[in-house]
Amino acid sequence: MKSLTLTLIAGLLVTGPALAQEGGPTFPESRHETKHEMGGQLQYMVMADRLEWQSNNGDEVLAWEGSAWYGGNYNRLWIDTEGEALIDGETEEAEASLLYGRAVSPYFDIRAGVRQDFEPDAKTYAQLGVMGLAPYWFEIDANAYLSEDGDLTASFEAEYELLLTQRLVLQPRVETGFAFQDVADRDLGAGFTDIEAGVRLRYEIKREIAPYIGVSWSRPLGETSSIASRLGEKENNISAVIGFRLWY
Amino acid sequence: MPGWARAMIQSEPRNAFDLTIGKSPFEVGGRRGTATTINGTVPGPLLRFQEGDEVTLRVHNRLREDTSIHWHGLLLPNDQDGVPGVTFNGIRPDETFTYRFPIRQSGTYWYHSHSGFQEQTGVYGPIIIDPKGADPVQYDREYIVMLSDWTFEDPNRVFAKLKKHSDYYNFHKRTFGDFLADVRDKGLGQAMAERKMWSEMRMMRTDIADVTGATYTYLMNGLGPDANWTGLFKPGERVRLRFINGSAMSYFDVRIPGLPMTVVSTDGQNIDPVETDEFRISVAETYDVVVEPKADQAYTIFAESMDRSGYARGTLAPRENMQAGVPQRRKPFLLTMQDMGMGGMGGMAGAKAGEKMTSDRDHGGHDMSAMDHSGHDMSGMKLKDGAAGGMAMDGMDMMDAGHNHPGGPGVAMEAMNPQERLDDPGNGLGDDGWRVLTYSQLRSLSPNPDPRPPEREVELHLTSNMERYMWSFDGLKFNEVDGPILFTYGERLRLTLVNDTMMAHPIHLHGMFVELETGADQRPLKHVVNVEPGTKRSMLITANERGDWAFHCHLLYHMAGGMFRVVRVADAPHASAGASHSVHGNHGEAIK
Repeated sequence: MKSLTLTLIAGLLVTGPALAQEGGPTFPESRHETKHEMGGQLQYMVMADRLEWQSNNGDEVLAWEGSAWYGGNYNRLWIDTEGEALIDGETEEAEASLLYGRAVSPYFDIRAGVRQDFEPDAKTYAQLGVMGLAPYWFEIDANAYLSEDGDLTASFEAEYELLLTQRLVLQPRVETGFAFQDVADRDLGAGFTDIEAGVRLRYEIKREIAPYIGVSWSRPLGETSSIASRLGEKENNISAVIGFRLWY
Repeated sequence: MPGWARAMIQSEPRNAFDLTIGKSPFEVGGRRGTATTINGTVPGPLLRFQEGDEVTLRVHNRLREDTSIHWHGLLLPNDQDGVPGVTFNGIRPDETFTYRFPIRQSGTYWYHSHSGFQEQTGVYGPIIIDPKGADPVQYDREYIVMLSDWTFEDPNRVFAKLKKHSDYYNFHKRTFGDFLADVRDKGLGQAMAERKMWSEMRMMRTDIADVTGATYTYLMNGLGPDANWTGLFKPGERVRLRFINGSAMSYFDVRIPGLPMTVVSTDGQNIDPVETDEFRISVAETYDVVVEPKADQAYTIFAESMDRSGYARGTLAPRENMQAGVPQRRKPFLLTMQDMGMGGMGGMAGAKAGEKMTSDRDHGGHDMSAMDHSGHDMSGMKLKDGAAGGMAMDGMDMMDAGHNHPGGPGVAMEAMNPQERLDDPGNGLGDDGWRVLTYSQLRSLSPNPDPRPPEREVELHLTSNMERYMWSFDGLKFNEVDGPILFTYGERLRLTLVNDTMMAHPIHLHGMFVELETGADQRPLKHVVNVEPGTKRSMLITANERGDWAFHCHLLYHMAGGMFRVVRVADAPHASAGASHSVHGNHGEAIK
């Protein structure tokens, strides 16, 4: 087919387009729209993956993790945000990323851009990561961050969904951080810094609206753990969580 | 409801119609919404033509957006085909477009909008063309049975949801409970092996329909199942039922319990009559059947959606207000390795080569018994994105030869050993103890007009990535394609479609019939060919209609996802010197 097409094109070049086989569309103005309607649409999505209350050993916390994207199948503009605020008002951690995402394979996107920390203090990072669906339906999001101070850190997150019924979904989730050097102003030691593992049970009232309950456990690791104990922080933190998963 | 669905359909052909596209209230299942309608009804009015007439169709656009009407299955000059961006510019708001063309054929057809998602919201209707000579089909009475799917959602929203979560409407996914049942039935090892295999590939065994009864109400002649469309008969009459699937997304499995059906034509073209008890009608196909109810009783016309999430239903009855029992819906089937194009693979040792793993149909059997060789179980297929890495792929390279198209994010899978399976009634059918029509049973009533063997072959792959809801031919969505697929005017060619996806696709070529290669000496003429998952199907085409013709999957959201191309039929460059005719003369005219 290809070689035949090439032959035809070659023939066309030699003989001239008396009645062009090759050639542009006949209705260019409406063709543009037709092409857009058949594969070229741009979409957007806004999702709050976690929007939850955590018991956090008595220091109740509101935590969020969400993102939004706009674009087509290959190229998307992303905004990610994540953070925690004490229920009595103080925001402990807040960050947002602005990323360009590119589909590189059927199930994976590479994303690159900048991350801005707002709390505990302002800090800017370059961010590069990969996200997608690994074999066995694991949702993966792995990122590396280079801070304005030159510190290199990384995070890895994986989720899985187990359908108990068509609407009741058990979602185990694990997240871990890694620092390539000590990061003094974040109380991080080189090596794996922390791990958080949780399981959430959600009920999809609609696909877009799902309240959930769950439990989350986290602890600092390695050198970071030593720093934490020096600061008098608890090692193990087990928390009940109640929240909503929302998207549109 | 249009007049033709309310009582006997009009029997007099006409050669001029006025069709006004507008918004009208539409009610089904006790709920009111707004439909896009032709002359105020869903479906639109019956267009009954006479073969040999020249017809005039004035289409008035009363919408705030462009519209168009495509005359599905009709042979006509290219500029009358009604596809915006391909054969004309569409019909602007408050404009009228006048179509005018001679009628060169007879049979059951239909018409629908080719703009945006208007087809989903109600812009479709039936066409009957009476033959010039005697009709080979004898009947005393006729009805149109037009099947369709209705949603109260905005179709743009439906599409957006599929783009974000392609399994949004799937409410029969495999649950942990199903897994436990599998463990009970097959043992832990077997159940785990199955789960492992499918989840390793990130493929869902339950992905039969993208849009389901979770949002759809299935309609028969514009009525929901409870409204029970009824066609009357006198016992002993021969009743011709002209089935048209005008759905956006839904295949139906049609039967009339207690009444055998004699299929007399498909896609408007007469075939050797063949008696059956059930047939699958893919989107945009038509089937005419004759039934002879002899008893003074009601019969249910039961059109079950392929994914079993709902049904359309009506009644044939000797008197008004009668009804017969409505059958239970069957359980949805599960996809098998065969649907991945692995039928008959060496790696499937133990499974019957080329045959459906029949035990899978009732979920109960040991359908994957052949698969319990970890490391070898996927040797027959190629998955993208490295999932096949580390798997035994020995001997598979040679089978990959047919896939010389781009891969990338839009292609999740390639069928390694697709089968034709023309004698297979389709997934989920054939094990109920009654007859089901197959493509291999279709034989044209008349000889094929062009006896030439094909001069060349064109192979196109149906490709997709379900996760991203990308649909394409040869890995390219229409918005990524520059040129048309070239057919040389007058040539005879074989088109082979290979389904590299897990779903069935009703593929429609505008402008020309294709002769489906079923093995019959008189190949059936089709305007839509259903290509089941993991199959390849080939057809002969005489490229004798000049111009640019749309060629696409007739699942509306697959087309919107990119599964659309243009076929250009034009003279070969060397033969065209001095040709004075225009490919795209404009017969229609737009008037304000």
